[in-house]
Amino acid sequence: MSDNPENAPEHCPGTKSDDAGKASACAGCPNQQICSSGQPKGVDPGIELVKNRLVDVKNKLMILSGKGGVGKSSLTNLISRTFAHMNNNENFGVLDIDICGPSQPRMFGVIGEQVHQSGSGWSPVFIEDNLSLMSIGFLLDTPDDAIIWRGPKKNGMIRQFLSEVDWGTLDYLIIDSPPGTSDEHLSVSTYLSTSGGSWGAVLISTPQEVSLLDVRKQISFCKKMNIPIIGVIENMSSFVCPKCSTESKIFPSNSDVQNSTQIMCKEMNVEFLGSVPLDPRLTRCCDEGKNFVTECEDSTAVIALKQIVENIKKHFN
Amino acid sequence: MLDHVKHVILVLSGKGGVGKSTVSTQLALTLKENGFKVGLLDVDLCGPSVPYLLNLEGKDVHQSSEGWVPIYTDSSKSLAVMSIGFLLKNRNDAVIWRGPKKTAMIRQFMTDVHWEDLDYLIIDTPPGTSDEHITVMECMREVKCDGAIIVTTPQEVALEDVRKEVTFCRKTNIPIIGIVENMSGFVCPNCRECTNIFSSGGGQSLAELIKAPLLGTLPIDPRVGVLAGTGKAVISEIPDCTTSTVFKEIVEKITK
Repeated sequence: MSDNPENAPEHCPGTKSDDAGKASACAGCPNQQICSSGQPKGVDPGIELVKNRLVDVKNKLMILSGKGGVGKSSLTNLISRTFAHMNNNENFGVLDIDICGPSQPRMFGVIGEQVHQSGSGWSPVFIEDNLSLMSIGFLLDTPDDAIIWRGPKKNGMIRQFLSEVDWGTLDYLIIDSPPGTSDEHLSVSTYLSTSGGSWGAVLISTPQEVSLLDVRKQISFCKKMNIPIIGVIENMSSFVCPKCSTESKIFPSNSDVQNSTQIMCKEMNVEFLGSVPLDPRLTRCCDEGKNFVTECEDSTAVIALKQIVENIKKHFN
Repeated sequence: MLDHVKHVILVLSGKGGVGKSTVSTQLALTLKENGFKVGLLDVDLCGPSVPYLLNLEGKDVHQSSEGWVPIYTDSSKSLAVMSIGFLLKNRNDAVIWRGPKKTAMIRQFMTDVHWEDLDYLIIDTPPGTSDEHITVMECMREVKCDGAIIVTTPQEVALEDVRKEVTFCRKTNIPIIGIVENMSGFVCPNCRECTNIFSSGGGQSLAELIKAPLLGTLPIDPRVGVLAGTGKAVISEIPDCTTSTVFKEIVEKITK
């Protein structure tokens, strides 16, 4: 197995095998063409391009979750805004690699903005003085346009995002991802692992078992791909009625199990970073593109976020 | 392909976590309660939820001369289920596949599962408009498809992705049966105050925009949430709740 490339699929026959590029496991492997052509193995030129482009990016933070709709995009948005708000003299960039369902332009209130091309690459859209954003949402004509692409085309786009966006000097590049453990995740983690600097992934879950199930798969994915796991955030953990202040568990974990996410973290041996409660104002801010961190400073969600950001920073220092 | 299946219904949403799998399983269970023979195919390969929701985790798929034998929920054999979850050794295992391998797996699910005679086959999908969806749509050219049920939640952020899925259906000529709005409000168990945690009215406005019927709005109901993982039908466990009424109406509509 020693001659297998790091990004080889599970049942890779080995690059020197007669079956190289022809076995069923080779379908979809990025190296299939190289293997089947019989040519000596070359290195993806994209790796060097990404490395050169991200040389001034100190830390890279991936936001992952196997499950959809648990708040990856909302928390990417809130974490980056909290980071930018608390650290005025540091620079932050957000990259949205959810190709089929980009949400960041709406959440940052920059729908309809254009990305400009200059000699040094694509210029990201600036939200604050120290916070910039790149998303495929900026490249679509109307919000109804669907990107109906298979994997290889999505990978090409992600490579372009990583190698051609002119981020300048960044302290943190925060990457929002789609749900699952497939093309987008494999591509981005392969490029980041070879680009130098420190990096890691924060996983998002909600308290239900059906969501934790997919997050467990994501942890297995990270371990297999050697992605450092910073920890898990539990989102939508409870809801406080605005009228009578009764706290309800909206998304019940299994019958009587409390702290389901913490238990899962212990079981899978990863750190628990904190819980973010549900706040209807948060949903509204995300829909309207407002900065929840400054609009609703009194919210328990903001207090929780500040603590989570501190926990994440500890990992990188 | 799918020769003995009378009707095929897709459950789609561009957005993740809006309740596609919950709607798929409850729709299948409601159809079953109404005396139909139902199949449920889960093509979400990276995050299969159907085995957990129906309390079928750990069951094994067997191979027969006719093909893969699906898992049946009970001895009446009126609900057959197929998911990649049944093929994994451990529930923590991740399926780390790029597109072409996912495509091959879905084609196999479409051709090699021995469903026997089915009145309805419900196909539960992952979020997005990519490999899995393109493959299913390609298969639907060979099979008559009744249409797609689109699931959304009321926030703008979700609607934006769902509109992309609608564009996808239009481009691939899949008729839209209607829209289901999920998580539309939460009634406090203490004071009965209804809070629209994820905003409100999104399903209605989307239905008007794309000129498709709104099949119903499902509130956030922790009693329904607790049923996840038991494999029980909402209509038989909590017959008087809004969720039951909505599912009854949807089934009336599609079986007419």
